[in-house]
Amino acid sequence: MSDFGILSCGVYLPRGRLDRSAIYNANRWFAPGLKSLARGHRAIANWDEDAVTMAVEAARTCLDGRDRAAVEGLTLASVTHPFADRANAGIVKEALNLSDGIVALDAGGSMRAATSALRDALEGSRTRLCIGSDLRKARPASEAELVQGDGAAAILVGRGTPIARLVASHSVTVDFVDHFRASGESFDYQWESRWVREEGHLAILADAVQALLAEGKVAAGDIDHVVLPIAAGGTVKAIARKLGLKDGAVVDTLSAEIGDTGTGHPLLLLASALERASLGERILVTGFGQGADVLLFEATEAIADHRPQRTVAACVEDGVADDNYMRFLFHRGLIDLERGIRAELDQKQPGTTLYRKRTAVLGLVGSRCTVTGTVQFPPSAISVDPNGRKQGTQEDYPLADRTARIVSYTADALGYSPDPPTYYGTLDFDGGGRLVTEFAEVGPDDVEVGRAMRMVFRIKAEDEQRHFTKYFWKAVPLNEGEA
Amino acid sequence: MARGIKDRVAIVGMGCSRFGERWNDDAETLMVEAFDECIADAGIDVSRIDAAWLGVGFEAQNIGPSGIPLATALRLPDIGVTKVENYCATGTDSFRGAVYAVASGAADIALAMGVEKLKDTGYGGLPARSRGLNFDMYGVTGSAPGNFAQIAAPYRAKHGVSRDDLKRAMAHVSVKSHANGARNPKAHLRKAIDIETVLNAPMIAEPLGLFDCCGVSDGAACAIVTTPEIARELGRTDPVLVKSIQLVTSNGWELQHAGGWDGTYFHTTRKAAARAYAEAGVTDPRAEIDLLEVHDCFSITELVTMEDLFISKEGQAWKDILDGFYDADGHTPCQIDGGLKCFGHPIGASGLRMIYENYLQLQGRAGERQRADGPKLALSHNLGGAPIQNVSAITIVGLEGA
Repeated sequence: MSDFGILSCGVYLPRGRLDRSAIYNANRWFAPGLKSLARGHRAIANWDEDAVTMAVEAARTCLDGRDRAAVEGLTLASVTHPFADRANAGIVKEALNLSDGIVALDAGGSMRAATSALRDALEGSRTRLCIGSDLRKARPASEAELVQGDGAAAILVGRGTPIARLVASHSVTVDFVDHFRASGESFDYQWESRWVREEGHLAILADAVQALLAEGKVAAGDIDHVVLPIAAGGTVKAIARKLGLKDGAVVDTLSAEIGDTGTGHPLLLLASALERASLGERILVTGFGQGADVLLFEATEAIADHRPQRTVAACVEDGVADDNYMRFLFHRGLIDLERGIRAELDQKQPGTTLYRKRTAVLGLVGSRCTVTGTVQFPPSAISVDPNGRKQGTQEDYPLADRTARIVSYTADALGYSPDPPTYYGTLDFDGGGRLVTEFAEVGPDDVEVGRAMRMVFRIKAEDEQRHFTKYFWKAVPLNEGEA
Repeated sequence: MARGIKDRVAIVGMGCSRFGERWNDDAETLMVEAFDECIADAGIDVSRIDAAWLGVGFEAQNIGPSGIPLATALRLPDIGVTKVENYCATGTDSFRGAVYAVASGAADIALAMGVEKLKDTGYGGLPARSRGLNFDMYGVTGSAPGNFAQIAAPYRAKHGVSRDDLKRAMAHVSVKSHANGARNPKAHLRKAIDIETVLNAPMIAEPLGLFDCCGVSDGAACAIVTTPEIARELGRTDPVLVKSIQLVTSNGWELQHAGGWDGTYFHTTRKAAARAYAEAGVTDPRAEIDLLEVHDCFSITELVTMEDLFISKEGQAWKDILDGFYDADGHTPCQIDGGLKCFGHPIGASGLRMIYENYLQLQGRAGERQRADGPKLALSHNLGGAPIQNVSAITIVGLEGA
């Protein structure tokens, strides 16, 4: 059997879960028709997250315990890349501290960008990380605002011990414009959902699935897990009926508590299926957007050992309910709150300094003195160790995956923050190294001297004059059982 | 250690503007106000000044670069003016430059000026600013209260002090400074407050409430220094002498070395204090130092500084404070002029303002707030930066023989 296939997967869902009824209650005076969607929650990224930061977190889970030197390529599929011209995949590469010698590509332009990238990777020869990640912006009081969610999923494809192999694939491309967004615009323009269901999902998508099944001589009823990344539950049921899928085969679309996470959604649901699949089971994955991708997998012996560090179920479970719709609007840039003069600090980022310090800033790579063993961040010409003054003896020492403990902290209500107060403090890493940084996802009960924290890749600041996003690492509480 | 400069330089004139929200003044008029008092006190003509130092903390929001603004404001007689910036320790560093010039013999008479015009920023507190291109990529540009607040939690944890006890001791620091400031006509804040007001104030940076923080002010302070010989020629029979100046700058050890500094004290202040006492010949600071002016930017800073100056034992300052040891009528008054908390904190001027108060007290010229027991040796402590990375400057001044 081939040693090429899906090697691992990792997902990331932001912890915030906005109560859909909070969205509806604020807007019902204007859009009472949204009532039928005002149930459950949707995942919302924090103010300091975007498609790149979520991609990094999904990829870190995917690569957990693996040799990162084996990764030869990286594709970041998204329709909300923060940068239009700067490889977003390149930022992810730096954050993951991958080799400079890899191929990194942004894929986009369609909601099936991630399934197309996955197919390319599976039919290629490189060990390649395929990530789908989106933080979509929808107008207040739109259906999309309620139906969408934020999140990312990563699939590592390549040589090794695959947990699933590709059995067959089929793609069609037709310019079916169910929704669109012109370059530089913020919001989608959506066509009538009944047409999308009848001519899109039940025709183009279902036909593509049937074509693959016919080519592969596979009966629909023999497929154990089917990924249909469609938010409308009725449409999913109709497709299942039309194709003759067996009961329970459709993978939960996570519409109730997460929402449609965009390009990464098929990968997120594939990860969910892989967590449940056993040896020999077949998994069908679909992607829809100006045509369709259909990929058929079979789980291998190695599926028995597939125990992701953070499962889809755990990510779904790890949500924090939020009914603060105003904060959501502010964090999405949909309302302009008075931020005060303190927010005017110029965040200009010189390209030269970021390039020189890219491994430290984007990769959180510190250094260790090869003579004294002292670990420090950032690296410097002369070691910080007062007892071992050494010059030019430091080697790279990645800190991003190390546990750190709080030495000191505060909650600062004075300096500007999009989500005051700003928590920050000093951390000592297990194994050496000290860092002063901001904390994310914390409240008053989450911080105390000695508390264990883990590092996450986040937006540090936005240069609003020149539209440049500055990234760095922040600390979040380490939950029990996490390494 | 170097032999030091004890008793080699005398202060013959000092001046200090009224501190506060000086809406109708700018740096120039504030400097002139301080200098008028100073030169009259010295009783010399401006033509006798050989060299000058100008301290400003936030030049970008203020007077701009170089020593030119001082030379221009005072129309100095074609002499060298050095501009100094060393965070909030700027004022003392400016004084240090002038004192060292005299001690070296390079100048007979030198001027140190510190000034800050902060009320042109449009908001309270210090202006947010870059800390350098590298730092800005990975450092936290927190607010000053946010940075200093971080001493509290590790201090509590290390010394087993309860939240309430620490908060109450911190509150006592501020209540005491407000009581002192009320008696100082030049002070920015002149209203006495009670402890409940402090404890119930809105939180600025946990656990620092509004009254645990000093504000920022406009103001200027300056000193004219010379040799003891010239001081006597100028009619000073009992001149105030510089006993020591020590300044220590963090080298990144606290910031970067895991497991080293534990966040409960100021490493630089301990180093500077030990050297300052050695230079001044002080062996028992708790007994020998009569007056303290310290950098009470936040109540927690003053609290731990009492330990870093070796006046209170480590982990015990909060008890001394609650016992009234540092009150105006206590054993060793701290901030008898109101301190940064109430006299005010125009960054570049603050170090010189502290020396100004000590200078007045040693001469018995402090008016209503004069310490009655004839202080002979007074210490000022001026700190810039954050606990984890800072500049700490200590100046001890005293009478002859002290």
